[in-house]
Amino acid sequence: MESIRKRAKELLDSKQVQVIIGYENGTSNKVRASFIKDSAQVDKLIYDERCTQNLALYLVKHEVKHLGKMGIVATIPAMRTINMLISEEQVKPENIVVLGIGEDGKLLDFPDLTVMESFLQKANIELTAKDKEAIEKLKKMTTQEKFDYWSNALETCFKCYACRSACPLCYCTRCAVECNQPQWIPVQASKNGNYEWHMLRAMHLSGRCVSCGDCGRACPLDIPVHLLTMHMAEESKRLFGVDSGLSMKMESVLSNYKLDDKDNFIL
Amino acid sequence: MSEFEPKIVAFVCNWCTYAGADLTGTSRIKYAANVKIIRFPCTGRIDFMLLMKAFQNGADGIIVSGCHPNDCHYSSGNFHAKRRWMAFRELLDYMGVDVERITFSWVSAAEGARWAEIVNTTTEKLRKLGPYTNYQNLVKSGIEEEL
Repeated sequence: MESIRKRAKELLDSKQVQVIIGYENGTSNKVRASFIKDSAQVDKLIYDERCTQNLALYLVKHEVKHLGKMGIVATIPAMRTINMLISEEQVKPENIVVLGIGEDGKLLDFPDLTVMESFLQKANIELTAKDKEAIEKLKKMTTQEKFDYWSNALETCFKCYACRSACPLCYCTRCAVECNQPQWIPVQASKNGNYEWHMLRAMHLSGRCVSCGDCGRACPLDIPVHLLTMHMAEESKRLFGVDSGLSMKMESVLSNYKLDDKDNFIL
Repeated sequence: MSEFEPKIVAFVCNWCTYAGADLTGTSRIKYAANVKIIRFPCTGRIDFMLLMKAFQNGADGIIVSGCHPNDCHYSSGNFHAKRRWMAFRELLDYMGVDVERITFSWVSAAEGARWAEIVNTTTEKLRKLGPYTNYQNLVKSGIEEEL
């Protein structure tokens, strides 16, 4: 914690960055994102086990972007997100300084982003045991069971789109779900509309999702929507050998192809 | 009661399968009349949501067909499509949509007989599977009840 504050102060004082995106104490024992512009305020910054949000979300927000160069407190999923955002040309690498946080919660020194890249190559990017177990359990179900599970789980969704807002890679200014000509997704929060919305979200994130799990955490109804995108992340690894966010030059999975892509279902 | 006749929507590309289906007709090959063909410029143009729209509107099965790999009119459209279907099929399966109801195939402009065979086997398969009530109930639920 102290080391984060010290590094943040350094960066702000030397004008290497204009804003530090980190965590601070919120109300009722919750933490929230903090945007420190003045080095006198770095003592607000904290880091503990409650700090799970993927702060890379704010890198693409106009309100933050226009402040100038950004320093960001980034956990491993956030680092992967930064790589994805750079690959997709949403942020310029020269505008970001990463205050990396390792698995042990200690500050990592990244003089530049290539060091972060090589750190990620070796970092542990496994899903948590809980998520893994849930995905395995789902995979073992029959088609009917899976259909019942998802149509019931998604039935309660009232389309607040918190999953979309929490996702750092859902940055489109005009989302396909709001498109009404053609109307891809029924507007009302009906079973079918919800089912299609979550399918569309998972598909648009396939090969891009870094499995941070923020969509699931953001859901006010605790619908495990993160299991959809995490599964797609696993599948893109299995099918195309792509682990998203491990370098700054990731190729988009669905807008590229290889001549030897192996399928076993096309007649 | 007469035998169940499945409704099949076929999404085909203009350059190969559509021409192939045309050849089926000009060759006077008879095949199941259950299929409604929708012509697309390329398989790469077929958005995955279109398949869901077909199910939503009452299709019991879907055929997606285009040029064989390396034969695409736009050189790479079918390769892109292939990746999309590889990923989408996994997602469908994971979410419990019956992937058996969707037939993916490559049919060239010279394969009129093959098109007839694909439509016939798909129709047979869907006759056995029956109507896709699962998805149709999903579409109805929450709407009819409220009205």
